[in-house]
Amino acid sequence: MANFTLNINGKNKEVDVDPNTPMLWVLRDHLKLVGTKYGCGIAQCGACTVHLGDNAVRSCQLPVSVVGEQKITTIEGLSENADHPVQKAWLEVDVPQCGYCQAGQIMTASALLKQNPNPSDPEIETAMNGNICRCGTYTRIKKAVKMAATIEADS
Amino acid sequence: MTHVKTQIGRRAFLKNTGLASGGLIIGFSWLNSCKPKAVPEKEMEMALEMPKEWSEFNSYIKIGENGAVTLMAPNPEFGSNVKTSLPMILAEELDVDWKMVLIEQANFHPEKFDRQFTGGSQGVRTGWPGLRLAGATARQMLLMAASQKWNVPVSELTTNNGTVYHKTTEQEIGYGELASLAKDITLPEEQDVPLKDVSDFKIVGVSKKNVDTKNIITGKPLFTMDLQEDGMLVAMIALPPFGMKIKSVDDSVAKSMPGIKDVFTIQTLQDDYERNFFDTTTHTKIAVVVGNSTWEVMQAKKALRMEWEEISDSEFVMAGFRGKTTIKVPAGLESTEKHNAKMQEMSLKRGNVLRRDGNPEEAFQNAEKILERTYTAPYLAHNCMEPVNCFADVTENEAVLHAPIQAPELISGTLAARLGLPEENIHVNLTRMGGGFGQRAYGHHLVEAAVISQKINAPVKLVYTREDDMSYGIYRPTYTATYRAALDKDNNVIGFHVRGGGIPEHPVAANRFPAGAIDNYLAEGWALESNITIGAFRAPRSNFIAGAEQSFLDELAETMGKDPIDFRLELLDRAMKNPVGENNDYEAERYAGVLKLVKEKSGWNQSEKPGIHRGVSAYFCHNSYVAQVLELSMEGEMPKMEKVTAAIDCGIVINPDFATNMAEGGIVDGIGNAMFGEMSFTNGVPDHKNFDTYRMIRFSEAPKTIEVHFVQNEIDPTGLGEPPFPPIFGALANALYKATGQRHYRQPFVTEKQIIG
Repeated sequence: MANFTLNINGKNKEVDVDPNTPMLWVLRDHLKLVGTKYGCGIAQCGACTVHLGDNAVRSCQLPVSVVGEQKITTIEGLSENADHPVQKAWLEVDVPQCGYCQAGQIMTASALLKQNPNPSDPEIETAMNGNICRCGTYTRIKKAVKMAATIEADS
Repeated sequence: MTHVKTQIGRRAFLKNTGLASGGLIIGFSWLNSCKPKAVPEKEMEMALEMPKEWSEFNSYIKIGENGAVTLMAPNPEFGSNVKTSLPMILAEELDVDWKMVLIEQANFHPEKFDRQFTGGSQGVRTGWPGLRLAGATARQMLLMAASQKWNVPVSELTTNNGTVYHKTTEQEIGYGELASLAKDITLPEEQDVPLKDVSDFKIVGVSKKNVDTKNIITGKPLFTMDLQEDGMLVAMIALPPFGMKIKSVDDSVAKSMPGIKDVFTIQTLQDDYERNFFDTTTHTKIAVVVGNSTWEVMQAKKALRMEWEEISDSEFVMAGFRGKTTIKVPAGLESTEKHNAKMQEMSLKRGNVLRRDGNPEEAFQNAEKILERTYTAPYLAHNCMEPVNCFADVTENEAVLHAPIQAPELISGTLAARLGLPEENIHVNLTRMGGGFGQRAYGHHLVEAAVISQKINAPVKLVYTREDDMSYGIYRPTYTATYRAALDKDNNVIGFHVRGGGIPEHPVAANRFPAGAIDNYLAEGWALESNITIGAFRAPRSNFIAGAEQSFLDELAETMGKDPIDFRLELLDRAMKNPVGENNDYEAERYAGVLKLVKEKSGWNQSEKPGIHRGVSAYFCHNSYVAQVLELSMEGEMPKMEKVTAAIDCGIVINPDFATNMAEGGIVDGIGNAMFGEMSFTNGVPDHKNFDTYRMIRFSEAPKTIEVHFVQNEIDPTGLGEPPFPPIFGALANALYKATGQRHYRQPFVTEKQIIG
């Protein structure tokens, strides 16, 4: 066990955990931030996606010990009032079915748009291909990502 | 899926339960922190104030003195929108402003709610009459209250958007003001409660946002997996392969690992327990690790050293919907290779005759030409994005569970029997499910969690790893079907024969199309026993047989030199005008209707665009009709899905935008399973345990465009969660043939070589 001070959603959080513990479980079990989901544990489904700095990463493969002072953003910290352009677009398109994978989809999409505000279709495909949705909401996700890009451009 | 009857009469839940003060009545403590008690439509979120007092009209409806309305969502939500669409039906007949509606998820409560089962595409269909009546009855009571207050006849009163009007005296009064008077109103008889004309609907048929979208996109704790409770421990299980059982567990390392409380084995169902259809349990004895946190338990689980031994032949009694049957579980370590060889052998033998019209043997003897093709498909894993999990807190007198469960009414009796508690002391809270697809109709995880909680005397959350979820069983069965058609010298179909089988059930729906359209028809089925458990998987049996049948009809049309849509329409025309045999369980006219609609909307009559290849398919299941045209292009050896056009007849559509979402999802899911879906086994061990080797459809593989067209009619609503799924397998196979010149007889259609490139 070891003590870590983590910068999560703009706030410092202290945890005392095994250094190998993936951020996914630090967030979910220790910090009660359960918006980040467990889907596969091997970085194949994207349900656990968070931002490390500005990058979308799979938190199931991110040991707490390597985070250091880098900022982590989870779905809970993406916006104050569900008004991030990606969230707005997700609401407008009404993307989710079961909803379990959607936080991960949104975190991947929001990281993409931060780095590339006007992505082409192939760029959207490359970014979003790491997130699985068994309900099959991909066509709506695509629509929402494109809409979010427009909202960001307008704001 | 099977239709489940409850013993609850409709009148029971319409009983007026009078006034209730102090906010909402139903709700369990942990939910205070876990979910909002009621979810207002987003635009009214700020404006809608909670009333001081609710008047409860029946199990489904409460009205506050300020006009706010709470509607209960009776069925568990797994992503098919029942939490939004079922209350829409109540709101329609109650005649309230949707903006004044709060929706609350009901817990399992059979005295209050009729059939709390989400599955078989039956939620809306079976809920429809009862929910309309519940809404209309409450409206009638409000009218009666206004009639007494103003001393005017009910017949002179009208309602609109939560207000009662009396035109002659120009009086009006809101439902909120009338609500408390309702407690003195005698419950009107069913025949005295008028229902709205479909043409007057204002809510049903007008798209409403999913009431949980905002909670989903902000990461609110909605799922059982998200549940945290004081003193709660985490449990994981360790499973033997199929055909094996636990011989010994060496927990010496695991037990001493940090955060680990205990390691033990449990017996889930007793060997002599008379199971029901949804008690499917792959292993009754499992090893369990319990500890403080998920990661710690996960590590300790890996440190278990377990020895297995082979099972012997066994059997158990199952009380099914058609009486009791004995289910045999054979010993042996099964492999896909052996399965395939056995299925091929069985395909050559006669099966049980399921339906026989005319003289099929003679037709085939007299045939000028016979077309015969065999189709196969592997087992499939459900792969809901939320792995199996369950919270249980079992104390001396009661059990409180929170679970992703589609069919709580089918597991509560089993829980009661296993825990030794009265059934009324089993409380199952219906948390939002991260997918269902049939997997969660089976409640083994509830039994496991409850037995663990009872043993350790603490609240526990049982969590399956993805590997456990994929290895547990309850798969879509592996199937095969051989189709034969006899043609005379003029190229008329004079005989049709389907022989289907599988492990451990056959996929043939003998009374579906093209039964009824061909004079000489034979359907046979056979099945082989197995120790690999199977269960409902989005559109059971249809999810294989539709693709096989629709591929065969495509090839048959080609053999006859006919357009595949026109050929199907000719057969349907025969079934309409002069149907063959009895018990044809489809309406040929509606079937033809979706084919004609998809023909028009997809521009079928125009020739294919350069580089674009089309396939068509149509199927009837779960009381609904779906026809699809899929267009694809080829990028090297891999198909690229360009567009799918779907025509659907599911009667009245409750929530059109979400219905479209559901159909889009079914199409994407179907393409994924047809292209990649495959679970195979080697000596009882699943060959795929996670998404690194179990291939799921990904973003770039979904169609660029999906167009969904609903047939507009006033027929009572039927299923939608499943019907768009089965036919797409056929549309894809038929389009692939056009692109490659190769027919696809074996799923998955995309081989490993193509994926790797």
